[in-house]
Amino acid sequence: MIKVEFLGPIGKAPIEMEATTLADVSAKLKLDSNLSAWLDKCAVALNDIMVNDLSTALKDGDKVSILPPVCGG
Amino acid sequence: MELYNGALDTKEIFGRWLDEQAESNYGAYIPFVGTIRAEDKIEALSFDIYEPVLKAWFDEWQEKAKALGAVVKMAHATGDVPVHTSSYVSAVFSPKRRVALDLIDAFVEDFKANAPIWKYDVKNGKRIYAADRSTPMNGAGLLA
Repeated sequence: MIKVEFLGPIGKAPIEMEATTLADVSAKLKLDSNLSAWLDKCAVALNDIMVNDLSTALKDGDKVSILPPVCGG
Repeated sequence: MELYNGALDTKEIFGRWLDEQAESNYGAYIPFVGTIRAEDKIEALSFDIYEPVLKAWFDEWQEKAKALGAVVKMAHATGDVPVHTSSYVSAVFSPKRRVALDLIDAFVEDFKANAPIWKYDVKNGKRIYAADRSTPMNGAGLLA
């Protein structure tokens, strides 16, 4: 199992799922209609490191963070 | 990197940073202050921060600055920050002004684009995500 957390304004509780790559996570999150407005604008971190490749492999206990558009300062 | 709950004490922070580098032989010290403007009937802005990714982002900037012989500093607020107070300060120290001027520009602009911080307007005590002023981070849309 991996954990997916939704940061900032997304306002969704963390979920756990079976996934072996980020592509699996994408496929499962796309089934949630509450996330459809967010996914194309969100960046992704794996265990707090930013990632850019859908084929990134996942292992048991990994944490995937979904980061919506930012505005610091 | 320093994070504070609520408005920043800018004079204390800048004074302390200046004292810390007093003997470092830097010729230039450029501070930047972000102040909450009273506009659109807001009472305050409010911020969420994801600290692990912010720290990694800031560590990278420290390395870039070090390669130029410079030092970058920053402090940011979490939670509510009233109008006319400061939510963000940063600074660059460098041996000469040109590096510091270029670095503060690049550092603050990348901060706006890629630091994992979310901004909300506070109106009538309610937090409203500042969606129209927010920027997708590098790599956004990966899961879409």
